[in-house]
Amino acid sequence: MPLERVLVVEDSASMRAFVRAALEASGIVQTIVEAASGFEALRVLPRDRFDLALVDINMPDIHGLEVIKIIRASAVHRETPLLVISSEGSSRDRERALGLGADDWLDKPFTPEALLQAIDGVLRRPRSATEPR
Amino acid sequence: MTDEVDRVRDEFLAESQEIVEALSRDLLVLDHGQKRGAPDPDLVNSVFRGVHTLKGIAGMFGYTDLSDIAHALEDLLDQIRLGRIALGQSSLDLLFEGVEVLQRLLSGARGEGHEVDLEGYRRSLAQAVHGGEAPRHDELDVYVLDAGILSVLTEYEEHRLRTNAANRVPLYRAHVRFSLTSIDSDLEDLKQRLKPIAEIITYLPSMDAASDDAIELDVLLASTRPVTELRDVLGDGDIQIEAIARREPQRARTHPPAGTPVPAAGQPAPPPRAQELAQQRELRPELREAPRDVGAEAIASRSVAKTVRVDIEKLDHLMNVVGELGIVRSSVARVLDRLGARVDLRPITAELHRIHRSFERHLATLQEGILDVRMVPLGQTFDRLARAVRQVAREHGKEVRLAITGADTEVDKLIVEELIDPLLHIIRNAVGHGIERRDARIQAGKDPTGIIALNAYQKGNHVVIEVEDDGAGIDTATVRARALERGLVSELQAAEMSDAEIRAMVFLPGFSTAESVTDLSGRGVGLDVVRTNIARLGGVIDLHSDVGIGTKFTLTLPITLAILSALVLRVSTHTFAVPLNVVQEALFLDPQSVRSIEGREVVTLRGQSLPIVRLQRLFELAPASPAREYVVIVALGARRLGLVVDALEGQQDIVIKALGRSLASTRGFSGATDLGDQRVVLVLDAPSILDEVFSTNDRRLGPGAAA
Repeated sequence: MPLERVLVVEDSASMRAFVRAALEASGIVQTIVEAASGFEALRVLPRDRFDLALVDINMPDIHGLEVIKIIRASAVHRETPLLVISSEGSSRDRERALGLGADDWLDKPFTPEALLQAIDGVLRRPRSATEPR
Repeated sequence: MTDEVDRVRDEFLAESQEIVEALSRDLLVLDHGQKRGAPDPDLVNSVFRGVHTLKGIAGMFGYTDLSDIAHALEDLLDQIRLGRIALGQSSLDLLFEGVEVLQRLLSGARGEGHEVDLEGYRRSLAQAVHGGEAPRHDELDVYVLDAGILSVLTEYEEHRLRTNAANRVPLYRAHVRFSLTSIDSDLEDLKQRLKPIAEIITYLPSMDAASDDAIELDVLLASTRPVTELRDVLGDGDIQIEAIARREPQRARTHPPAGTPVPAAGQPAPPPRAQELAQQRELRPELREAPRDVGAEAIASRSVAKTVRVDIEKLDHLMNVVGELGIVRSSVARVLDRLGARVDLRPITAELHRIHRSFERHLATLQEGILDVRMVPLGQTFDRLARAVRQVAREHGKEVRLAITGADTEVDKLIVEELIDPLLHIIRNAVGHGIERRDARIQAGKDPTGIIALNAYQKGNHVVIEVEDDGAGIDTATVRARALERGLVSELQAAEMSDAEIRAMVFLPGFSTAESVTDLSGRGVGLDVVRTNIARLGGVIDLHSDVGIGTKFTLTLPITLAILSALVLRVSTHTFAVPLNVVQEALFLDPQSVRSIEGREVVTLRGQSLPIVRLQRLFELAPASPAREYVVIVALGARRLGLVVDALEGQQDIVIKALGRSLASTRGFSGATDLGDQRVVLVLDAPSILDEVFSTNDRRLGPGAAA
């Protein structure tokens, strides 16, 4: 499952570095685009298509739920596989993320292997299931 | 795969350190806010987000203890931000303790080995969280909001909405449009303008209507101010603002008071009556305009901008390269001198001259630039001190306020690190011994709250840091008694000393006593160590005290260790440099004034005796017998010594290079430097010369050696 472009929306620099290290080691990703805030994600989204988006929830100003909503509202990104990577938040936040159209939710902390497994699962999902509910 | 994770471990350590420092800063501001009854909910949330991130990344990188503690703190903060536990002094204590615990765990993670006992702290955290109230889930339907908005709110945003609803604060929706390229600064600007008069609940971005390079935001605001004022603050025409209608609460609807129509959706809410408004302010103390506090403001005004982290050794390396370039420059200058004699080459010599001047200018700029990069504001250090003040004050049961000025004063990074311990010591002393207890202060007619002022400012090539308390002052009788008891001075010597000289004895080794060493203020280390550490940085510490009024410690430090102004001097046929920051003055040596006391040469300078040492003898150089000699007075901490030299050549900025390994243990020299004219000379190390000369005589000489 080679992926050309992966978007990582995550405000923690070391989390981004971790995810990048894991993805690079796996060899399945060509380009990783990092957004360090919800705003950076908004800046990147209109310009590119992505094969996968990894989104953190807890970010200042524009948080992950809003990013998910924006992604799902755009014609270009409606079908993009979307995995939430977040420290276990409240069950309400998780419900909302999935309700807004995230494909799955992976709790931090995770190992590089668990990340790849979760990505694999998200990519295998039938696309029709990603319509916003 | 683990290798990949290891590769980014440094990233984790750096980010964690930043988070812990930010926590400490935010908590101090919250502490100020809480004492004034106006803690900022935004700040609570930012502290929450900090520990939340820390919990996540610590877990990712396998630091279970760190992650667990961060998790427990997160639980507590979650309860606080959701209003289930009040933010009081006891919860702040827990949080401050948490910062200390996290800091120790982080040091452990960096391999700076700290055993940390977590059980006790874990238990108190768990107890605090246990006491939280059950969540409330009412009030949200007070506002007429569409489901689309509600579905993107996080639990916390929902809670803020609920709190505002419960307090009957009107809600507004502002529609703004930002260019994607400038959104960060635009948003920051918007926040700053709104902060004093409104609470931002959430931003609701939408892209569909916007072009590729713009974004539209619906900002949900809660504010008690009239909509016209909000409009004024938001300014330009691009921003539309409308009130979000309210429903009367359920209970009111079942018993509708006559003549109170329910406003329809989309219509502006009726303006709240004055009395109601006043009530709202009572309920939402954060809207009250609390008096600004210097300390809190200084802490809050700093924010992390676009930065890169650089190992300081890399900067040292760059500085060395600049040093080498300086040598290249002086070689070129010498070639130029030789060319000056060649009339036939005049045009090309003139051109080389121009190039040389330009090179010189750029080199100077480069050097300044590198020095500038090494500079960090003292603010971070001050934050740690503020934490210590708070902690020590509480443990002593004293009321102390810290007033900070000059937190943005910049000092070389290496100096800042070495400054923390001495400053902590002085601060602990000030709280523990300086500031009196409440009843004693009231009796003395002072404000029951003691004040410690921490001031920093730049003075030429030096930075001055003052720690001043308004406490009891240092009683000379007590100091004299203790010095006599410890055998630091004789009765006779003590009788001749001025008050300032007596107080200066607190810096002598052996002055601190076991009984004065408490866990809080003493840490088993006396002021002599503080003085030595400051001296090692090329700094000087002064003490001024008035009984009943207070005590002031003044630290004067060089701004950087990388470049030094030095005095170039000659002894016999050798040239040396001595850093100017240890030089107090230089004067002719009057051979008539030299006396010998107990086998040591001494001159009398302005009524005080000053020990002198002849460098020619100390370094065993050939005697030169010049017509006149000079005394260079070096001072370190409270000790002074006159160095007798043959000639003074002048002042020059130097970059010290370390001596090679074979010479590293040579005493008396801190390194070598290039004077630019291809003369490499040794740099005198004043601390080790002073140690050498005073090592066995400190006690016997006592205050005679002190300034």
